[in-house]
Amino acid sequence: MWLIGFFIRPVVFVMNKSSERGNLLLDVKDLKIQGFSDEKWHDIIKGIDLRLHRGEIMGLIGESGAGKSTLGLAAMGYTQPGCRITGGNIYFDGVDLANLSDVQKRNFWGDRMTYVAQSAAASFNPAHRLILQTTASTIRSGAKSKDQAYSDAMDLYKELNLPDPQNIGDRYPHQVSGGQLQRVMTAMAMSPRPDLIVFDEPTTALDVTTQVEVLSAMRKIVEKFNTAAIYITHDLAVVAQMADYIKVLRYGKEVEEAPTREMLSSPKEEYTKSLWSVRSLEKAEQQKSESVLSLEGIDAAYGSAKVLFDVSIEVAKGTTVSVVGESGSGKSTTARVITGLLPQSAGSVTFDGEELPKVLKDRTKEQKRRIQMIYQMADTAMNPRQTVGEIIGRPLEFYLNMRGVDKRNRTLELLEMIELNGEFLQRLPSELSGGQKQRVCIARALAANPDFIICDEVTSALDQIVQEGILKLLLRLQKDLGLAYLFITHDISTVKAISDQVVVMNQGEVVEQGQKTDVFQPPHPAYTELLLSSVPDMDPDWLTNLNAARQ
Amino acid sequence: MSQETHSYSANAENANFSERRSVWDNFKLELRKSPFTARFGIIIILLYALVAVFAPALAPYGQAQVFPSPYDPWSSTHIFGTDQIGRDVFSRMIYGARNTVGIAVATTFLSFLIGGTLGLAAAIDRRWIDQILSRSVDVLMAIPSLIFALVLLSIFGSTITSLIIIIAVLDSTRVFRLTRSVAVNVVVMDYVEAARLRGEGLGWIMRREILPNIMPPLIAEFGLRFCFVFLTIAALSFLGVGIQPPTADWGSMVRENANLLQFAQYDLRAGLTPLLPAAAIALLTVAVNFVVDWFLHKTSGLRDE
Repeated sequence: MWLIGFFIRPVVFVMNKSSERGNLLLDVKDLKIQGFSDEKWHDIIKGIDLRLHRGEIMGLIGESGAGKSTLGLAAMGYTQPGCRITGGNIYFDGVDLANLSDVQKRNFWGDRMTYVAQSAAASFNPAHRLILQTTASTIRSGAKSKDQAYSDAMDLYKELNLPDPQNIGDRYPHQVSGGQLQRVMTAMAMSPRPDLIVFDEPTTALDVTTQVEVLSAMRKIVEKFNTAAIYITHDLAVVAQMADYIKVLRYGKEVEEAPTREMLSSPKEEYTKSLWSVRSLEKAEQQKSESVLSLEGIDAAYGSAKVLFDVSIEVAKGTTVSVVGESGSGKSTTARVITGLLPQSAGSVTFDGEELPKVLKDRTKEQKRRIQMIYQMADTAMNPRQTVGEIIGRPLEFYLNMRGVDKRNRTLELLEMIELNGEFLQRLPSELSGGQKQRVCIARALAANPDFIICDEVTSALDQIVQEGILKLLLRLQKDLGLAYLFITHDISTVKAISDQVVVMNQGEVVEQGQKTDVFQPPHPAYTELLLSSVPDMDPDWLTNLNAARQ
Repeated sequence: MSQETHSYSANAENANFSERRSVWDNFKLELRKSPFTARFGIIIILLYALVAVFAPALAPYGQAQVFPSPYDPWSSTHIFGTDQIGRDVFSRMIYGARNTVGIAVATTFLSFLIGGTLGLAAAIDRRWIDQILSRSVDVLMAIPSLIFALVLLSIFGSTITSLIIIIAVLDSTRVFRLTRSVAVNVVVMDYVEAARLRGEGLGWIMRREILPNIMPPLIAEFGLRFCFVFLTIAALSFLGVGIQPPTADWGSMVRENANLLQFAQYDLRAGLTPLLPAAAIALLTVAVNFVVDWFLHKTSGLRDE
């Protein structure tokens, strides 16, 4: 096996000579990929061309299932287990990766092409120090000695604005934060000075304030070393900051491709236009009316760790209050206090004029029925062994004593309300898309005929176009049924889209609250300012301007 | 999913929808891809089950029917000869399938009922119920189970009922631990919290929300636990405190005819007689393990690559 590697290396060396900016690096022609599931082969990629020149960044966007990750990996000649390349060529610097064996391709991987995964926490080996993992492929390929690679890694850490670049590499993955780990992974990808880096949704799991830092660092280093990159994401504003070109995918086919500015200002296809319009959704603000739920001076603690300090929030009938903040700010804890899962240590929760018992057990069935909750991860919020019909039917049976035909009719009615048809009754949660799952969770909450629904980050795990669908649905339901929402989120554009009042939280305290227009109107408290300024705009110059302004 | 509209529709989102198949169709599909060992195991288990169910029809003589000549050699009237008091060994082998396997199955069911219920309860209520149950189980597990069973059997007497209850209780400690540990991972899921918020009772959460999601490891454990119970009963019978005569049982049959082994040098087939029930025990244990292995591989979600 090493013999083959021996033959390939001289070729690689010769190719390296064409490493000036602007030369064609990657040329994917009519690529077709199939995936095996349910005893059959299905088309995932149905004939896509992709051309990438040295020093360019290509943004791949599309909803989940569009095949963008599969295409990104295929650009490296790699397919996930259960997938196969059935047609087309992948020319990387003149070599057709589609026809090479894994052993031959290994000479490219981790050396001339590298990969930055979505979940850094799950991708690092917890048993090894960061610097060892950062430099592993560089040392393996023999490009640098261990000492050279280590000092280079420290330079990269510095370049990426990591704290204490000389020593951070001696830590283990669990000893640094998620945003730092994502930057260490970028350093790992950059360490062998590859020709191509594939970024697969690298900032999706991060808070907005962290995302800005990671994006700036990534862009800086990619520009500095003139590396070509493929940037996969479903966040349009992010791709606008990173990419020179944008390619939109849907159903495994290309919708359109254009330079970023052109794509943002004048998209040609209907589908692209609909993607662009997502961020323009905005709710006309409603004034406060009669209160349905109010929290007064709530303190709460997990064991001895106090997490909420004197939180007071009021929700009026038929309106939406958004609670905004980073992870760890106490947003979800507030929801747990309202539901009675975490009894407060001080303060009171009043619902429709009467004070709710602290503990869930002491609340009446009627009180439980009127407050419903929708979770962030629709995957784990539904029992994987129950069908959609059972999931929606249970609250009907439990709260309203509906059985037989009544129950079935009402379930169908609820499915219609969430814009799904009767075919879904028999499906299991694993057979639904992310957006459909969240819709079913909404239907389950609606089945109880509630007055008040807590939405805990219900759209943050979804693609933008799906998010828009869910937000529109929630707004329509609010109008039709007069529901009040407590909407927990960290995404400012979602806040704009859905809320009447806004509560900004940080470290368990309410920083600011009031009508949406008032809160978004300067002057802001320092934390609100940071939060608002970290939300990417669709403007390609946004990140550049922001960094300039912050300095 | 091939519907390609240019506007957004919730119905047309990409979902991983698989064809509807009945449980039986799915089983046939899996069976077609199953390895040789699994098929072998399934056939053996079915064979044992058939023999156990139709024992009276299959056996040429009764299990306690005594013939005038003890230690008869293998012949056409007595296929495997007769034992020390002149009972037909072949007939006793067939009845043994019914008695030994039947008692082992009943015991395993009982131990799962006890261990499973308590394990689920401990997993849901992580406070004092969990503490009391887990610590008592630790104490029970600290005592070697065979010795403990011997002691209890000599106190309560070797009736079939006490045999079943004692072994079931001792084995339920293992079931408790497994159930509790797999259920703890499910209890923290949002859908269990959602059921709690709805106000569902303990029974519903146990049966409908948690149990269906921990079935695969429990079914595998059922197979393995059955093997252990089966071996324990055979061992106890071999020691003389298990299933009592005249009930035919493989464990005691090995003991009763053990001295025939020495005659192997004169009559090979006579020497084989005590090994036949032992082989029956071994074969079933191996078969069950083959099937459990296959099942675990299937449910682990690992690919065959």
